[in-house]
Amino acid sequence: MATPAEEIPIEVHDLTVAYQHRPVLWDIDLRFPQGQLIGIVGPNGAGKSTLIKAIMGLVPLASGHVEVFGQRSRQALRSVAYVPQRESVDWDFPTTALDVVLMGRYGQLPLFGRPRAKDKEIARQSLAKVGMQDYADRQISQLSGGQQQRVFLARALAQQTRVYLMDEPFAGVDASTEKAIVTILRELQAEGSTIIVVHHDLHSVPEYFDHVLLLNLRTVAFGPVATTFTEENLNATYGGRLHLLSDVTERLRQGEWSARKQAK
Amino acid sequence: MKSTTIESLPPWLEFFTFPSVNVLHVLLGCIILGVSAGLLGSFAFLRKRSLLGDALSHAALPGVCMAFMLTGTKNPAVILCGAVLSCWVGALAIEWIVKYTRCKEDSALGMVLSVFFGLGILLLTHIQKSGQAAQSGLDKFLFGQAASLVERDLYILGGLGLFLCFVVMLAFKEFKIVSFDPDFAQAVGLPVRLVEFSLATLIVLAVCIGLQAVGVVLMAAMLVTPAAAARYWTNNLSRMLWLATLFGGLSGAIGAYVSYLSVKMPTGPWMVVAVTSIFIGSFLFAPQRGALARARRHRLFRQKTAKENILRTTYKFAEQAGRWDTPVSMSELLQHREMSMAQLRKTISRLTRAGFMDEAHAGLFYLTAAGKEEAERVTRLHRLWELYLMTKLEIAPDHVHDDAEEIEHILTPDLERRLLQELEGELTDPHGQQIPGGPTATAEGSPSK
Repeated sequence: MATPAEEIPIEVHDLTVAYQHRPVLWDIDLRFPQGQLIGIVGPNGAGKSTLIKAIMGLVPLASGHVEVFGQRSRQALRSVAYVPQRESVDWDFPTTALDVVLMGRYGQLPLFGRPRAKDKEIARQSLAKVGMQDYADRQISQLSGGQQQRVFLARALAQQTRVYLMDEPFAGVDASTEKAIVTILRELQAEGSTIIVVHHDLHSVPEYFDHVLLLNLRTVAFGPVATTFTEENLNATYGGRLHLLSDVTERLRQGEWSARKQAK
Repeated sequence: MKSTTIESLPPWLEFFTFPSVNVLHVLLGCIILGVSAGLLGSFAFLRKRSLLGDALSHAALPGVCMAFMLTGTKNPAVILCGAVLSCWVGALAIEWIVKYTRCKEDSALGMVLSVFFGLGILLLTHIQKSGQAAQSGLDKFLFGQAASLVERDLYILGGLGLFLCFVVMLAFKEFKIVSFDPDFAQAVGLPVRLVEFSLATLIVLAVCIGLQAVGVVLMAAMLVTPAAAARYWTNNLSRMLWLATLFGGLSGAIGAYVSYLSVKMPTGPWMVVAVTSIFIGSFLFAPQRGALARARRHRLFRQKTAKENILRTTYKFAEQAGRWDTPVSMSELLQHREMSMAQLRKTISRLTRAGFMDEAHAGLFYLTAAGKEEAERVTRLHRLWELYLMTKLEIAPDHVHDDAEEIEHILTPDLERRLLQELEGELTDPHGQQIPGGPTATAEGSPSK
């Protein structure tokens, strides 16, 4: 490939992740192309969320590294906006929708610095983009599941970056929220952003995404939806367990020796 | 010689004149304790680490004993350093156990709490047997003794308390995001490990501030209870912190006050009693989340349900009779509604007072014009929902009534509009009855007015 590294939003190089010695991702090697809407699909436990977390530096890597626009530093990760799974936080936390969105600005503020009027303005605009401007002062536990997901999306928008990683943004949301989110993703793409989305509904993949990553512990296939989202590849992803791989995995777990170097 | 005015005051008033400087010391010490515990405990509470405070306060005991054994003094600064160090070893031990063994966090907390406390008791016994007991009085750290607070202690505790408040104000944003969503905090580039480390250190300091007055055994209550009580009153984090601080400080003052009134009363346990009372009060009386407010909402909803049911049943009788002001007897209503005579009587008298029904003769009731409108609204919702269940969810006509009985009471005008949109062009009731006019068109199809 001729694309220079600085123009690759995210490159994953030979990445392996293990939980308690058990590998959950093997040798992932990917270059996510610029300005595309990319879906990640695969069966339960295939490591979709783990891949996102590994890219964001939230889980320890057994081997490999991640480059953001050609850079490996933690600083570079600040140009990646992150939408975690909705269930990952306690929605009974005493705070408002606007306050959560404002957290998207915290990365741009100095340590101990308070959000300024400009940050609040950006947060309000982000809420408006997801159609939640009327809920700014609403306590977050009083929001519906779809509304909570929109707040999370607005928080990522408030980060004002060019790369978005989203973990199951369509899980458990109503139809109108799903439509609203898709519209926003398209708008972001039109502005030149790269959006990577963990997705669970195979039917909507061709409709929503340009590229698709079929994942099951390792990369089964990655490329444009038209050529990659084929029955053969899907069978390889979902059908037939990899007996040898899972047996070895189980042995690693029981033997307590690690894949690659020791997981920290 | 004291002046006569003070001499004549009863003890419960005399307290407020601070008859001796010692009373003031105890009071201030207890307030500082309550304030810092309430403030830092809020974060432990929100991060669901309430038990951490308990484990850490018990873990302080061996440090207190060792500091005394090594230096032979009871200098508060020395003892405090020992306590903080010991707490820290405890916190690290918990983290280590969770990471490198198969034990989960609750087991790790339990182990550290009991092992460190056991070690502390062992050292305490050793000190007492070694003949230093008379001068040590270290066993006071078990349940605390506020009366032993002197001016020198106050400077240290006060300084620490101010430091805690200052750091929380400075790092409020960081503590907030790490408590709510640590993964996201790390993703936006905040030094999450450092923030968590600082927060844990501050909690340790808050625990150690309280050791002398409340003791290791009860300190956890002072950490967690003010926060739990404050959560009932507000949905705003900074307001919650202020309230927890206030509740903590107030409990400290109450503890000091009670122990002044009666020498036999221990300060620490009374603080815990006070803060628990505040918690129970909050649990019962808080305006939105409190138990009484919830019960009241529940009762109002039940009354609303009963009223709407009676209106709808009366309307049904009237509809069958062909005149909407047809009088209906109570026994007729009872045949169609599962409620006691007393309930029915109460409900009808509420409806009469609201102007929805009136008594024709003794025991016979009819709908007023306002009542008819309200009854039509409820009937419309009931029949719309039945229709929706049948046409959209394909549920058998004889099964839809019971569901609609519940749903009709919670449908808002907005939901009604959406229901009408969904059912466009299919507006006939499953049981062959008419659906009374929609929210916009009430005039057509209804009996004479």
